[in-house]
Amino acid sequence: MRARVWGCRGSVAAPGPDTVKYGGNTSCVEVRLESGHALVLDAGTGMRPLGVQMQQDLPVELHVLLTHLHMDHLQGLGFFKPLFAPGLEIHIWGPSSPIQHLGERIATYLSPPLFPVRLEDVPSHITFHDAPEEPMTIGSATIRAAKVTHQGPTVGYRIEENGRTLVYLPDHEPSLGGDLATVPAEWMSGHDIAREADVLLHDGQYRDREYGEHIGWGHSSIGDAMEFANKADVDKLVLFHHDPYHTDDELEELLVEAQDKWPGMEDRVCLASEGMTIVLEEDGVTFTT
Amino acid sequence: MVCAMSAPLGVPGSPRSLPLILARELASNLATPMFLMDPGGMLVFYNDAASTLLGKPFAELGEIPSGDFGAALQLANLNGDTLRRRDSPSGRAFFERKPAHMPLMVTTYDGVRREFEVTAYPLFGATGEMHGVVTVFWEGTNEEPGD
Repeated sequence: MRARVWGCRGSVAAPGPDTVKYGGNTSCVEVRLESGHALVLDAGTGMRPLGVQMQQDLPVELHVLLTHLHMDHLQGLGFFKPLFAPGLEIHIWGPSSPIQHLGERIATYLSPPLFPVRLEDVPSHITFHDAPEEPMTIGSATIRAAKVTHQGPTVGYRIEENGRTLVYLPDHEPSLGGDLATVPAEWMSGHDIAREADVLLHDGQYRDREYGEHIGWGHSSIGDAMEFANKADVDKLVLFHHDPYHTDDELEELLVEAQDKWPGMEDRVCLASEGMTIVLEEDGVTFTT
Repeated sequence: MVCAMSAPLGVPGSPRSLPLILARELASNLATPMFLMDPGGMLVFYNDAASTLLGKPFAELGEIPSGDFGAALQLANLNGDTLRRRDSPSGRAFFERKPAHMPLMVTTYDGVRREFEVTAYPLFGATGEMHGVVTVFWEGTNEEPGD
């Protein structure tokens, strides 16, 4: 499979000269499977440029996997050109709710007065599904979701193809479930879907010293993200969901802090950036930025 | 699209669902004895306050299959009649999938019989799936030596 990051900023889009290198668009990752199926992980503002490109060569079937419905993960949906492609089959997956269907919850945003077009009026053919907590096959991949600690119902996704595994946990505060240094792995939020992943895209919003003022906001310090990755025996950690107040320079300082925690294995952790491409093949994993 | 089987439940070390994970963390931070049962009926956690009933911390005793738990904590009604496990609040919450509450006499590890108000309730997920049972012991004022 081939993954491309179209947005990795957290909370709110942060365009400008200070965020050019890592990007200002919010969460959106395109995953192309060997079978030709297209997955889109989250619908942040990065979904707008993705849609422009995808419009040139529409997939037969498109699956949008939403981790949750906070605006930074949903705002791009209304500006995603394939949404307006007549008849295109789009499947949208997201966390379940006991009181409201996923489509109704999304329509809260995609309807006046927040948006000029009602979701029910778009010409593509959309089907809504609860995120699969049992393994499910889409094309050549096996996909599974799991609920994780964040603010409100939120899931992460595990995507496996040809013996390689990509895990997407952009908004995750696992330390709310206990001290990560001491809690048994099976009691750690997200561990089940993240374990032994080749690549983990994980929330790394805060520097360790910033986290204390943001406990319970639903995001991780880099220290917690790394502890989580260690306990899950993840091969490569990609810090994702960058704080909108972190400039490119500050993100690079954050990366140095992270690498200092894993001496001798500095290349095991990196920063997500817009345009980053990750190719997961049987014979290896390659990153291009 | 094809669905396959899920991870095993009720097995020591098996992955825990988020509601159980959060319940465990809540229990860890309370001074009220609290027990957690998984959907397979295994006692998968109790907090430090509950260790005063069992005599040993969870880290020492570990997970307890439901069939063995009766030996660790003996329950009786206020008349002193031994209570079957399935008639206890946690048993009713587990088997009948609804909350239960009753006053009980509990014989703790030290042989002392104490009165507790016991509340148990099932944890249901967003689509109605059961994640386990939480049982809370509220200590009363009566206490007497055991037999």
